[in-house]
Amino acid sequence: MSRSLGRVAAGDTGREQRSPGEEDFRSYYGRRVLKEPVWEWLVPAYLFAGGLSAACAELAAGADLTRRPRLRKAARLGALGGLATSMYFLIADLGRPERFHHMLRVAKPSSPMSVGTWILVAYGPGVGVAAAAELLPARLRRRWPGKLIGALARPAGLASAAVAPGVASYTAVLLSHTAVPAWNEARDRLPFVFTGSAAAAGGGFGMVCTPVDEAEPARKLAAVGAVTELVTSRQLDERLGVVSEAYRTGKAHRLRQWSEYLTAGGALGSLLAGRSRAAAVTSGLALLAGSALQRFGIFEAGVQSTKDPKYVVVPQRRRVDRGEQA
Amino acid sequence: MTVSRESFYGPLDDVSGDAGYTEHPERVGFFTDTSVCIGCKACEVACKEWNLLPDDGFDLLGMSFDNTGELSANSWRHVAFIEQPAPLRESAAAREADAVDLGLPSFDLPGAGTGEETRTDFRWLMSSDVCKHCTHAGCLDVCPTGALFRTEFGTVVVQDDICNGCGYCVSGCPYGVIDRREGDGRAWKCTMCYDRLSDGMEPACAKACPTDSIQFGPLDELRERARQRVATLHERGVTEARLYGEDPNDGVGGDGAFFLLLDEPEVYGLPPDPVVPTRDAGSMWARAGVAAAAFAAAAVSVFFGRSSR
Ligand code: SF4
Ligand code: SF4
Repeated sequence: MSRSLGRVAAGDTGREQRSPGEEDFRSYYGRRVLKEPVWEWLVPAYLFAGGLSAACAELAAGADLTRRPRLRKAARLGALGGLATSMYFLIADLGRPERFHHMLRVAKPSSPMSVGTWILVAYGPGVGVAAAAELLPARLRRRWPGKLIGALARPAGLASAAVAPGVASYTAVLLSHTAVPAWNEARDRLPFVFTGSAAAAGGGFGMVCTPVDEAEPARKLAAVGAVTELVTSRQLDERLGVVSEAYRTGKAHRLRQWSEYLTAGGALGSLLAGRSRAAAVTSGLALLAGSALQRFGIFEAGVQSTKDPKYVVVPQRRRVDRGEQA
Repeated sequence: MTVSRESFYGPLDDVSGDAGYTEHPERVGFFTDTSVCIGCKACEVACKEWNLLPDDGFDLLGMSFDNTGELSANSWRHVAFIEQPAPLRESAAAREADAVDLGLPSFDLPGAGTGEETRTDFRWLMSSDVCKHCTHAGCLDVCPTGALFRTEFGTVVVQDDICNGCGYCVSGCPYGVIDRREGDGRAWKCTMCYDRLSDGMEPACAKACPTDSIQFGPLDELRERARQRVATLHERGVTEARLYGEDPNDGVGGDGAFFLLLDEPEVYGLPPDPVVPTRDAGSMWARAGVAAAAFAAAAVSVFFGRSSR
């Protein structure tokens, strides 16, 4: 049968004609082929909080080694706060939260969620000990448990800093290792968007919470992260074929556009943030918000790409018609 | 049990063996021949009854006779109905049909003909969809709790006492089959009647199908039978008959439940060329590794260089 019958022949007679210029494809009454992700806003919030925590852990370890006590304190607490909220989001999004620990009954290399669970298991304790050392009241520091925590803080912080890059990047694989077209097709670029976004958030957090004379590394990290995020995020809009449309349209587009404004503004602001605390706080907040909106935008693009059969059928049909291997 | 590249992509002869079973029965599957489906939905009902599945609500979807809509946590068989203009056939009957019917009385009893000569310019496609029990199952690969597992029969089953409802499998399936049940929080899908198989019985849907559109058996036998069926249909002029999911070289290593279709897969709501996401696991982790290294390098380098202190 000729393809020119288009969607009409697909049993959806007279429905939802696509505007001219749009791909012609066939479907079952225009219905979705894939299931929408069952995840809600908690998952993009997790992505943001986890990235923030990872970048803070890096800043904390560096600040510790280069004797910047106020940056160290802020970053260690940021790392713990980010981790704790991300764990809450992660567990709350389960259909059976009380069965969270079932994640710990296997270690499965083929499941990025399993790999991520074990990355977090390796990451968490160091973050906890380092933050505990900052929170310990002075009178407890002189007793032996306090002394022990004080002595362990540096190695613990360094250990978590060693795992932190994994925390910041594995979430990209978590999303890409799915059949969701917008996430799967972005698999080569998403890790860079995510680590960039994490660095921008962590740097921004450091700028907000630390006096300017100690915050130079945070400003630099924020700038590097923001530029990485801005450049690689654009590629999602342009280089993913049909699927790019999911990033360029609708709510995903609006979220990511605001993310771009805030991240670019924050990056520019970070250049001035060495002189003014007000500028540092403003640009730091902008970077944090930009990073969060980026995660929500990417999440939304994925959801949209499962709702419209176009994103599944058009690329696959093209591949079949060209006789290409999957 | 050896884990090799074949464990994640490409043809795999012994799925159960690859999953760690040393001794196991033959791999079994479904061959759903949609050319003889009459759309009675006995399979949907038998499945609901045997597996005690909750109802999905009573919706009138306005899509031909399909009020189920799609496979879901509560519908493990789904009969699709497609009404469409029929492809023109260069057969004698088709040419005859071109002649103008003047409505003159004839000697034929109404409904006496059942063959090609009765075809009109309109046709109805019906197809009973089900979980494909993929050779490389996206749902199974990503499940972080081990709730999803490969059975000794080569099928893919969720253990409801293990699943914590993380929902990863829902996004991991390239066919959009498995889903989380509302109010229950866990993921559910076709088990190919694991309980019945263990007792040497065929799955409820295959048992109930009155036309043998759903055939159950050892996968190798079904594949052979399906090839013969396509050849027969082609001989009879049904050139649009094709198999879907039977090829071990496809993006999921072949389906344990495959189909004979009379139009392109997307017309039935099936993806034309699905690929298990695990195919790209290696390259994705490699890219993430590069990004992680760059992140670490950036974090170290920001502490070097000119300091304002
Ligand atoms: S069709 Fe989907 S749910 Fe069924 S085995 Fe394959 S990946 Fe899993
Ligand atoms: S929802 Fe259940 S079956 Fe699905 S991946 Fe998560 S734990 Fe596994």
